[in-house]
Amino acid sequence: MKDMAEYKASIENIRAQFPILSQKINGRDLVYFDNAATSQKPYAVIERIDNYYKNENANIHRGVHYLSQKATEDYESARNIIGTYLNASDSSEIIFTKGTTDGINLIASSYGGMLNEGDEVLISAMEHHSNIVPWQLLESQRKIKLRIIPIHQNGEIDMVAYKEMLNAKTKLVSVTHISNTLGSINPIGEIIDKAHAFGAKVLIDGAQSIQHDQIDLKALNCDFFVFSGHKVFGPTGIGVLYGKSEILNLMPPYQGGGDMIEKVSFEKTTFNVLPFKFEAGTPNIVGGIALGEAFNFLKSLNFNELHEHEMKLLKYAEEELNKIDNVRIIGTAKNKTSVVSFNVGDIHPFDLGTLLDKQGFAVRTGHHCTQPLMDFYKIPGTIRISFSVYNTKQEIDLFLIALKKAIDILS
Amino acid sequence: MNYLEKQNSIIEDFSMFEDWMEKYEFIIELGKEVNLIPEQDKSDDLLIEGCQSRVWLKSEVNNGQMYYFADSDAIITKGIISLLIKVMSGETPNTIATENLFFIEKIGLQEHLSPTRANGLLEMVKRMKMDAIKNI
Repeated sequence: MKDMAEYKASIENIRAQFPILSQKINGRDLVYFDNAATSQKPYAVIERIDNYYKNENANIHRGVHYLSQKATEDYESARNIIGTYLNASDSSEIIFTKGTTDGINLIASSYGGMLNEGDEVLISAMEHHSNIVPWQLLESQRKIKLRIIPIHQNGEIDMVAYKEMLNAKTKLVSVTHISNTLGSINPIGEIIDKAHAFGAKVLIDGAQSIQHDQIDLKALNCDFFVFSGHKVFGPTGIGVLYGKSEILNLMPPYQGGGDMIEKVSFEKTTFNVLPFKFEAGTPNIVGGIALGEAFNFLKSLNFNELHEHEMKLLKYAEEELNKIDNVRIIGTAKNKTSVVSFNVGDIHPFDLGTLLDKQGFAVRTGHHCTQPLMDFYKIPGTIRISFSVYNTKQEIDLFLIALKKAIDILS
Repeated sequence: MNYLEKQNSIIEDFSMFEDWMEKYEFIIELGKEVNLIPEQDKSDDLLIEGCQSRVWLKSEVNNGQMYYFADSDAIITKGIISLLIKVMSGETPNTIATENLFFIEKIGLQEHLSPTRANGLLEMVKRMKMDAIKNI
């Protein structure tokens, strides 16, 4: 166990790698508590993007010239870094997408297109709109049945109900690993095993977990795992869909175009192998390369230590918030990540968020793209604070002062 | 006061505030005096869904002048609505449709009119103007 001074020094060392954190907003030091929406970027990622466009830019996979080959190598090496980090069986199971939403839509379209009338897809009541709407579209196109796994008031999945819903018609279970609104960490190991017992495939939305958990795809044994690069210190517009190769090989291509073909003729077109079959068109090359750099940054962190740090922040924030009159924390699952959603009496989250912004605090207010979840709790939205590796207890103290000031003004 | 003078008067009021806190305290006070729409009249066609706060808007023409009534579930949004109503209510449709609405930016509240529709205000201003245009 590190002593306090050493511990503080390591957090300070991490903070120093994020240039954005040293700026002022509305004349005050920025406190960035919106990490569940997007994470900030370390120098290594920013400089990688800069260097790529200054010195390496070329289109990949088809050039014989030096720059094209170098860019191809770097892009494919990023795929390897990510595949190795996530413990995929092979890097060809790592498909670059635009992000989590894109990954889910790919599966809904391609795997979903193989489903038939009456087949069932299960999602939970705490899903992000991105893991609801693609299935609703599929429901109207393929006449599948979308079923919603209920949750308990504390924000945990109702596992008894889940097990009862599984049956021979269940073809896919698509659930979030960690709720972006509540912070609940779902028991995905058990969810996956139970679904497999019925022959159903499982898609895990890892948008929130990728930054907080060390994901081991082989150990998890999920069939699909999706996440966005920007939530894990990488750039926007790039993400990953992992899929088991035996399933991806059975699935039809999602989009047609360059890169995804083997041979094109007007009579018959054949498709490229994995992962290229699902990567039509010139990809987000710099995004992929910079995401590889973000995973290098992740590797450099001591996950256990940081997990402990984030849990301390969570516990402290929840304890202190509970001391404030009329604060109601939404999402009190036993197993949570460092996300705290709350409301204060009848004060509208938008009003509190506005006054917090004026004091330099970046928090998220609203329904967090989980409107059905807001309906479940009968609230218009929440104020959400979410921590990352670079946040500190001192920032929480400042936040509490600002929050109390905002509450005073609005009461 | 005409349209221009009303806006300049608000700009002058806001110029007295020394910091954001005084400004928002004033906006919150204004939010309490907006011309409200009775609960039973808040039908869906009056609702403007923002991403975060909801706004209801009702327009009426009386003697060739526009009158607006509104409400929101967020008090800051309501305060800004109150300012818009102070400026626009009682003006002719022609004035509202053609003259410049500039005070929001001048008092540093343009962030509330961003196209992200965070609070439905941009849509509300558009609808206030559209309702005026319909009555020209």
